[in-house]
Amino acid sequence: MSAGKPHRRKLGTGQRVLLAVPFLWLLLFFAAPFLFVAKISLSQAVAQRPPYEPVFAWSEGWNVFVEKLGQLSLSAYGLLFEDDLYLASYLGSLKLAALATLIGLCVAYPVALAMTRAPRSWRPALIVLAIAPFWTSFLIRVYAWIVILKDEGLLNHLLLSLRLIDQPLQIYATDWAVLIGIVYSYMPFLILPIYNAIDRQEPQLVEAARDLGASGLSAFWRVTFPLSLPGVFAGALLMFIPAVGEFVVPDLLGGSDTLMIGRTLWNEFFANRDWPTASAVAVIMLLVLLVPLLLYERNEMRISETRR
Amino acid sequence: MQQSLVRIDGVSKHFGDTTAVDNVSLDIGAGEFFALLGPSGCGKTTLMRLVAGFETPDSGSIVIDGIDMAGVPPNRRPVNMMFQSYALFPHMSVAANIGFGLKQAGMGKADIAARVADLLKLVQLEKLGQRKPDQLSGGQRQRVALARAIARRPKLLLLDEPLAALDRKLREETQFELMQLQRDLKIAFMVVTHDQDEAMAMAQRIAVMRAGQIEQLGGAREIYETPATTFVAQFIGEINLFAATVERGQVMRCAAPAFTCRLPEPMAEGTAVSLAVRPERIRLTRGEPQGGEIALSGQVMDSVYLGDVKVWRVRTDDGGLLRVSAVNSGNGTDDIQRGERVHLAFAESDIRILPR
Repeated sequence: MSAGKPHRRKLGTGQRVLLAVPFLWLLLFFAAPFLFVAKISLSQAVAQRPPYEPVFAWSEGWNVFVEKLGQLSLSAYGLLFEDDLYLASYLGSLKLAALATLIGLCVAYPVALAMTRAPRSWRPALIVLAIAPFWTSFLIRVYAWIVILKDEGLLNHLLLSLRLIDQPLQIYATDWAVLIGIVYSYMPFLILPIYNAIDRQEPQLVEAARDLGASGLSAFWRVTFPLSLPGVFAGALLMFIPAVGEFVVPDLLGGSDTLMIGRTLWNEFFANRDWPTASAVAVIMLLVLLVPLLLYERNEMRISETRR
Repeated sequence: MQQSLVRIDGVSKHFGDTTAVDNVSLDIGAGEFFALLGPSGCGKTTLMRLVAGFETPDSGSIVIDGIDMAGVPPNRRPVNMMFQSYALFPHMSVAANIGFGLKQAGMGKADIAARVADLLKLVQLEKLGQRKPDQLSGGQRQRVALARAIARRPKLLLLDEPLAALDRKLREETQFELMQLQRDLKIAFMVVTHDQDEAMAMAQRIAVMRAGQIEQLGGAREIYETPATTFVAQFIGEINLFAATVERGQVMRCAAPAFTCRLPEPMAEGTAVSLAVRPERIRLTRGEPQGGEIALSGQVMDSVYLGDVKVWRVRTDDGGLLRVSAVNSGNGTDDIQRGERVHLAFAESDIRILPR
C-alpha cells in the first residue's frame, strides 16, 4: 500500500459547478461582509448616518474614490492597544472559554462514554436527549438559568433546605454563572463528537487489550481514550471557538465586571455607536479565532487521512 | 494424547433464545494443534470466546492448566488470542502493538525492546517496527497480530479464522508457517475455521461443530474417511449420499442408483441408512469394469476440468446421480466428455454406512 498523494483528477463541468456553490456561499456570506467590516474598522467615527467616514458611493467617480481611500486609517486599532479594556476583554473571553471547555470536557466525556456503553436499542433515544435542548430557544434556556442561579433561586433553595449552606451562594452575576451557562449551552457540541469517536472504535480493540493483560481501566487509558482524542479535539474546538465570542450568556448571567469580547463589541456598537472601534474589535477577534480554526482544520485532515 | 491443558466440561452458552454452545465437552493437550471446524453460526467462535474469557458459560466448566477459569477475567488467563480482524491498535506502531502485553505485564523497557525485536524477526518484519498498522499490507498485519498474540508466551493460543483475510496463495504459505511456528513454540493452538482444508492441513485433531454441538472429534483422516454423521460427511469434502434400507440376510438395498451390498455388521431389518461414497473412490471407465465390485452404468451429465482433478456428474440408468472425480494423470479416462456412456465401479469397503 502506498501512502503517496492521491491522484489528481481533472474536474468535469458538473463538478466545477458543484464546487462553486460553497465557494460562492463563502464569498457572499463571509468574505464580502468581512471586507465591509474591515473597511469600517479603518474609518473614523462621526456623529451622522452612517456613523463613520469615509462613505464610498459608486456615483462619485474614480478620483473621489482614491481620495477617500487616503482617508482610511488604523486609528481604531490604535485605540484597541491604548485602552486596557480591550486586551482585558480578549483575555477574559479566552480564559472563560478555555475554562468552560475544560469543565465541559470533564462532564461530556463520561456522558459520551456511558452512551456508548448503553444497550444498542437505547442509543438513538440518548442521542436525541443529548440534542433535545436545541429544540427550545437558546435565549429562554439562558433565562432559565437566571431562575436557577440567582440568590433566591432554585439552586440556593435546594442547598439551603439540604442545610449544605446557611447563606445563599452568590453565583448569578458572576463569572461562575457565565461558566455554568457556557458549559451548559455547548454541551451537545462536546458530547456528540466524543460519542462518535468512541462508538466508531472496533470493539475488538478493547478485547485485544484485555486479552493482552490489561484491566478494564488500563484498556480504557491505553486504547479507548487515545483513540477518542480526535473527537475530544473536535468537540473542544466546536465549543471553544463560539464560546470566545459568546455575548448572550455573559450579558444575561454575568456581572458588570464580566469582561468578554462579545459584550465589549456590543457596547461599542450600540451604546457608544463607535462603529470603527467595534469593527476593529471584530476583526481582531476573527484573527485570534483563526488559530484554533486552523488547528481544527488540520485535525480534520488528519482524521480523514487515517480513515483512508 | 499428551497431558490435558484445557478441559472443557459440559459447557453451554445461550444468547437470548438461541443456544450458541450446547453442552460441549472436550480436552486439548499441551502443545496440541486443535481446530474447531464448522459453518458460520455453529458456535465455534463462541466456544473460543468462552475459553478466552470474553463470554461466561451458562453452565459447565473450563479448566486451563489445572485452574478453573470461572470468574477469571481475560487479562488473567494463560491464553492469548489472535482476532479475525487482527484488532491491531491503530494509534500504536507495530513495535508498540507487539510490546503491549509485555508492558502490561510490567516488563522493563529494554527487555520489551529485545523481545519485540526477536518477535519481529520471527515474523520477518524486522524493518517495519516503527510503521503504523494502516501502513502495512494484509499479510503483514496478520504477522503483527500473530507476533503480538505470542509475545506473552501463552500456554494456549487462540486463532480466530487466522487465514480468512488473506488471499489464496498467501493463505497456503502462512498455513505452513503457522504449523512450523506451533512446533517451534510448543504452544497449544486452537484454531477456529470454517475452511476444512485449513483445519485438515494444520490440526492434529479437529472438532466438527454444528448447531452448538460437536458432531465428530478426531484426526483429519478419521473425519474424512469415517465421518460419523451425514453432516460431517457433507461438510468435509465432497461425497455421494444414497438412501438405503437394511434387508434380511444382512444386505442393504439402495434404490437410486440401484444396487445391493453386504452389511459389515448386522443391523435391524428395515433400518433406514445413508450410504456415503467419496467421488474419488468411484472409478469411471468406458469399458466394462472388473467383477467383485459394485458396478453401475450411466451417462455423463457434466464434466468439469479443474486442472489437477477432473470432476464428472453421471446420471445412472436407474435415475441416480453420482459425482465422480479423478486425478488428472493422463491415463485415458481423463478425456471422458459430456454425453458419453460410462461404467462406474466402487468397492464395498469404500461405502460408509451413516445413520439417516
